[in-house]
Amino acid sequence: MALPPFQTFLDRHAAELMRFLVALTGPDEAEDCFQETCLAALRAYPSLPPDSNLRAWAFTIARHKAIDASRARGRRPFPVAEAPEHGVSDASDERDAWAPLRALPAKQCAAVFLRVAAELPHREVAHVLDCSEEAARRSAHEGLKRLREEMT
Amino acid sequence: MSDRELIDRIERASGLDGKANPGAALRRFADRAQEEGLLDVAYAMADSPLGELLVAATDRGVVRVAYIDEHVGREEVLEDLARRVSPRVLEAPARLDDARRQLDDYFGGRRAEFDLPVDLSLVAPFTDRVLTRTAAIPPGQVLTYGEVAAEIGHARAARAVGNALGSNPIPIVVPCHRVVRSGGGLGGYTGGTHRKEHLLRLERGDAALR
Repeated sequence: MALPPFQTFLDRHAAELMRFLVALTGPDEAEDCFQETCLAALRAYPSLPPDSNLRAWAFTIARHKAIDASRARGRRPFPVAEAPEHGVSDASDERDAWAPLRALPAKQCAAVFLRVAAELPHREVAHVLDCSEEAARRSAHEGLKRLREEMT
Repeated sequence: MSDRELIDRIERASGLDGKANPGAALRRFADRAQEEGLLDVAYAMADSPLGELLVAATDRGVVRVAYIDEHVGREEVLEDLARRVSPRVLEAPARLDDARRQLDDYFGGRRAEFDLPVDLSLVAPFTDRVLTRTAAIPPGQVLTYGEVAAEIGHARAARAVGNALGSNPIPIVVPCHRVVRSGGGLGGYTGGTHRKEHLLRLERGDAALR
């Protein structure tokens, strides 16, 4: 079993990676993070073991890029929301689709998306979040509980 | 309300059911991959009178032209490229603009010969010699398998020449259709003899094909 062509990997996962990044970072930053995620993935791709879990691997890279972006944002003199010249991204028409989710602590947000929207097993959620399976389970549970309180 | 319903509701809340469309972002990504030297194999699809073609290039030149039809699928060709060249295979039409334009002109009768760099790194040394000799056959002319064999110094290797041509990864551009059987037979062709016949008639100036 060889690695699939990178284009095949993108055809399968690009849309959900974009959703994940919109959920984590918001529509303004999602596209930049998406570019960085795809470039990092492409760079590392040939050295992956052929039997890798490509989906979990890609979500892991995306999460790291989202963390990088949020750190960079923290260093900026003005909040991102005040930079309208950022332009229109593909994600602009779902500006706040994930806003309630994004309002959660970052780890809970990622855990809820990966567990519920992407339907990853807890073991893989833990792998992406670089934590124990128990911690991943707890993050998803806490996040869902808070969402439920806000939505109902 | 299940967890799933809860999440679906959040996504629907702004009227878009989670269909973040990465289309434009993906096109920009292909450009950046090229800039950063990560685009090992770029490919594009092209229409032709002989059906859909997949055209792929490395930074050295055209590495693959494939007839895509009910016998050979796009995915199969891409998987082969991923295995034999690099898994960094991306749909990135910009690198193929020139090749696709030349193919258009060729099928439209506006161009007889291709002026494209080719990357023959996929083929074995013997095949390389066969294809290099074949590439020098002028449009409208043909050689037999035996003649090509003799010209590369393997007079009795007509069959091996046939096999080498059969494995030509760049048909049309490297004109393996210009090698035929002695005695007037067409010989075989990747993609079927109907395509070989079409190409030879096109090059002989058969107006009905234009």
